[in-house]
Amino acid sequence: MTYESNKAIDANSITIDGETVPFDAGQTIMDAALAAKIHIPHLCHYPGLTPAGNCRLCMVEMNGESVAACVTQAQSGQQVSSNTPELNAARLAITQMLFVEGNHICPSCEKSGNCRLQAMGYYLGMLEEHFHQFNPRREIDASHSTVLLDRDRCILCDLCVRASRDIDKKNVFAIAGRGIHARLVVNTASGKLGDSNIEENDLAAKICPVGAILIRERSFDSPVGERIYDRRSISDTALTEHVPEKEVDRG
Amino acid sequence: MTDSKSTESAATGTRRIAIDPITRIEGHGKITLMLDSDNHIQEARLHIVEFRGFEKFIQGRPYWEVPFFVQRLCGICPVSHQLAAAKAVDQLAGIEQLTPTATKLRRLLHFGQILQSHALHFFHLSSPDFLFGFGSDPMRRNIAGVLEKYPDIAMQGIKMRKYGQQIIEAITGKRIHGTGTLPGGMNRQLSQTWRDALLADIEDILEWSENALRLNEQIHTEHPEQADFAMFHSNYLSLVDNTGALEFYHGGLRACDSGGTPIFDHQDYCDYRQILREEVRAWSYMKFPYLQQLGNERGWYRVGPLARVNNCDAITTPLAEAARRRFKAFGGEGPVHNTLAYHWARMIEVLHCAESIQRLLHENEITGTDLTAEKGDRRQQGIGVIEAPRGTLFHDYTVNDEGIITKANLIVSTTSNNQAMNESIRSVANRYLDGREITEALLNHLEVAVRAYDPCLSCATHALGKMPLQVELLDATGTLVHRLVKQGGGGN
Ligand code: SF4
Ligand code: FES
Ligand code: NI
Repeated sequence: MTYESNKAIDANSITIDGETVPFDAGQTIMDAALAAKIHIPHLCHYPGLTPAGNCRLCMVEMNGESVAACVTQAQSGQQVSSNTPELNAARLAITQMLFVEGNHICPSCEKSGNCRLQAMGYYLGMLEEHFHQFNPRREIDASHSTVLLDRDRCILCDLCVRASRDIDKKNVFAIAGRGIHARLVVNTASGKLGDSNIEENDLAAKICPVGAILIRERSFDSPVGERIYDRRSISDTALTEHVPEKEVDRG
Repeated sequence: MTDSKSTESAATGTRRIAIDPITRIEGHGKITLMLDSDNHIQEARLHIVEFRGFEKFIQGRPYWEVPFFVQRLCGICPVSHQLAAAKAVDQLAGIEQLTPTATKLRRLLHFGQILQSHALHFFHLSSPDFLFGFGSDPMRRNIAGVLEKYPDIAMQGIKMRKYGQQIIEAITGKRIHGTGTLPGGMNRQLSQTWRDALLADIEDILEWSENALRLNEQIHTEHPEQADFAMFHSNYLSLVDNTGALEFYHGGLRACDSGGTPIFDHQDYCDYRQILREEVRAWSYMKFPYLQQLGNERGWYRVGPLARVNNCDAITTPLAEAARRRFKAFGGEGPVHNTLAYHWARMIEVLHCAESIQRLLHENEITGTDLTAEKGDRRQQGIGVIEAPRGTLFHDYTVNDEGIITKANLIVSTTSNNQAMNESIRSVANRYLDGREITEALLNHLEVAVRAYDPCLSCATHALGKMPLQVELLDATGTLVHRLVKQGGGGN
C-alpha cells in the first residue's frame, strides 16, 4: 500500500490499521477495505450480495468500539483497527466455534482445499478445534438430481439464502430457528431440495463457502496441489471475489 | 499412533511392568494362551480391537465420497482402501470400463503402494529379527540397529519405501491421504516430469529388490531350522488374472487347499457372499471368515503374499517369475506352508512391483489425458475387491435411489488371517512355553510369528512391532497363571 498514514484525512476517507482508505458515499468499512485491497477476514460477506452480519469474523475496532465491518457504514474520520493480535485471536475463536458447531470432517470432505472455512482456519493459524465438539445430528438432503445439501457442514452464513432470493430470484433457502436451533431449510412444502427449482448453474448452488451445498458427483475432481487454497491464501482470494456481472443482470 | 506412556520402554524396547490399568491395553494387541490340564496350550487367542464402527459411520454419506472416507481407516494402507472403494464406486456409477490411462494409473498407484508397504514391513519391522536373531538384544533389534550394522540394507529399505511413496505422491498429490480416484477414472494426468524422475531411479529399485529377495532366499535355505517355525497347513485365497497369473488390482478369486488343489477358481468377486461366510466369536471383535464350501471348522484360509505366490500359476514379469519358480522348488512344487515364508513371498512381490512399475512407466498411455469414462445407469450395489499388501480386501456398498449409502460391509485382509494368526500363536507357544511362566523369549517369538502376517491391526493400530503387546496364560480352569506386557517401541 502506498497510502501514508500521516497524510491529512480528507473528507471521504477512513484509516484502517493506520492506512488512509478512501470511500464512496454509501460504502461500508468492508467495501472500502476491499476496494483498497485490504483484507478484513470475512466468511458471510460476498460483494454483490446484501451484507448480513452473520459470522462476526469481520469484527473491527472503530474509534474504540467493536463493529462488524460488513454492515457498518464508512464515515469520514473513522479510525479502524483490524489486523491486531486481539482481534485475530477473537476471529480464531469464532472460527473454532464454527468448526465444532457442525460436523466438519475435512479429510473426507470434497470441498477440502477449496473451502473458505478451512482456508480461514489456516489463515488464522488454527491448529486444533479447542472447544468441545457439538456433534449435532443434521440431515443430508440428496433428493435433488444435481445439487446436494449436506447440513453437517453448514455454517449458517446465509449466502445461499441471499443468492437464491436476490440474484437467482428463486428463494429456495431460509434459515429457521434461532441460536443453537438455527438450521438451513428449503422453502418447499416437503422441505426437500428435489422439490425446489434450484439448478446446477444457480448462484445459490455455487456460492456455499463450505461443502454444504455441492454439485453432485463432482467430488475430488480438482487434484491436490491444484485446489484454490493449495496455491493462494484466503487473504488474497477474498479480495477478488464478487458476484459475476451477468448474474446480477439476470436478477 | 501407539500410546506408549512409559518413556523407559522407548529406550529399552521391552520391560516388565506391573499390570493394572487395563485401559492402557485397550486397542492394543493382547494374546490369551489357554492351558489344558497337562499344561499344553489348548487354544490361543489374539484379541484385536477392530474398528468396526466404520461401517456404521459411512451410512448416510453420498457414495462418491467413500474412497476418501475409507482411506482414513489406515495410515499405512490408505491407497488400498481408496482403490477397493473406487472400484465399488465405479460400479455404483454404472461404469463398466475405465480408460486405458486411468486403469494404468490405478495399477501404477497400487504397485507403488504395495512396494512401499512391503519395504516398510520387511526392512523396518522384520529384518532386525532375521539379521540379529529372534531372541537377540531388543535394544539392537530394530531399524537403528540395522542401520548401524548393515547400513547398505537399511538404506536400501528406506529408499525403496520412499520410491513407493513418490509414486503415490505423483498420482494422488500427497504421500499419504491424497486424492486420485474419481467415479470412473482418475483426477489428474501423470506429468512427464514425474515419469522421468521415477524412471531415473527404477534400475536401483530393481537391484535392491533383487538383493532383498536374495537375503530372504538365504534365510530359508541356510536356516532350515526355521522351516517349522509356526508352520501349519492351510487353505489359501487370492485373486488371479484370467490366465491364473499373480494379480493385485483386478481378477477372479481362487482358493486352493493345502495340497494346492483349487477349491474354486476364477470366481467373480461380486459373488463373494456365496463363497465366504463370517463367523462371530464372543471373545473377539474381529470376525472369522471361512470358505462356505468347507464350513467354519475347516474353511479358514490365509491371504496375503504367501497365499498369492502359492496360488498363482505364473508371474507376468521375468525376474519375479524366476523367483517364484525357486520358491515353488523349495516347497517341492506344492504350496509352501512356512509362516516365515510370508517374508520371502513378500519380496518376490516387491520384485514384481518394481518390474511392473518399470513396464508401466515406459507405456505411452501412462501420461495420457483421457482420464474418465462416461457414467452409465447408477446401480444399487457396488463391490470392489483388490489384493492389498496384506491380502484380499473386500469393500461392498449398497446405496438408495438418492445415491446415499445404506449399508457397507468390509472384509479387511487382516481379518482373513485371523484364524491363521491364532494357529501360529498356538504352534509357537507350544514349542516355546517353558513351564507356566511367560518368558521374554516366548513373547518375542510370538511377536515374530504374528508379525509375519504384517497384520494391520484394526487398520488403525498399525504395525505390531510398535504396539504394546500383552500375553496372558490361563490354566484349565480359566485362572490367570501369568501375564507379561511389552510396551510399544515408541517413535510411531
Ligand atoms: S448452506 Fe452453505 S451457503 Fe448456505 S448457509 Fe449453509 S454454509 Fe452458508
Ligand atoms: S463478514 Fe461481516 S459478519 Fe460475516
Ligand atoms: Ni491398514
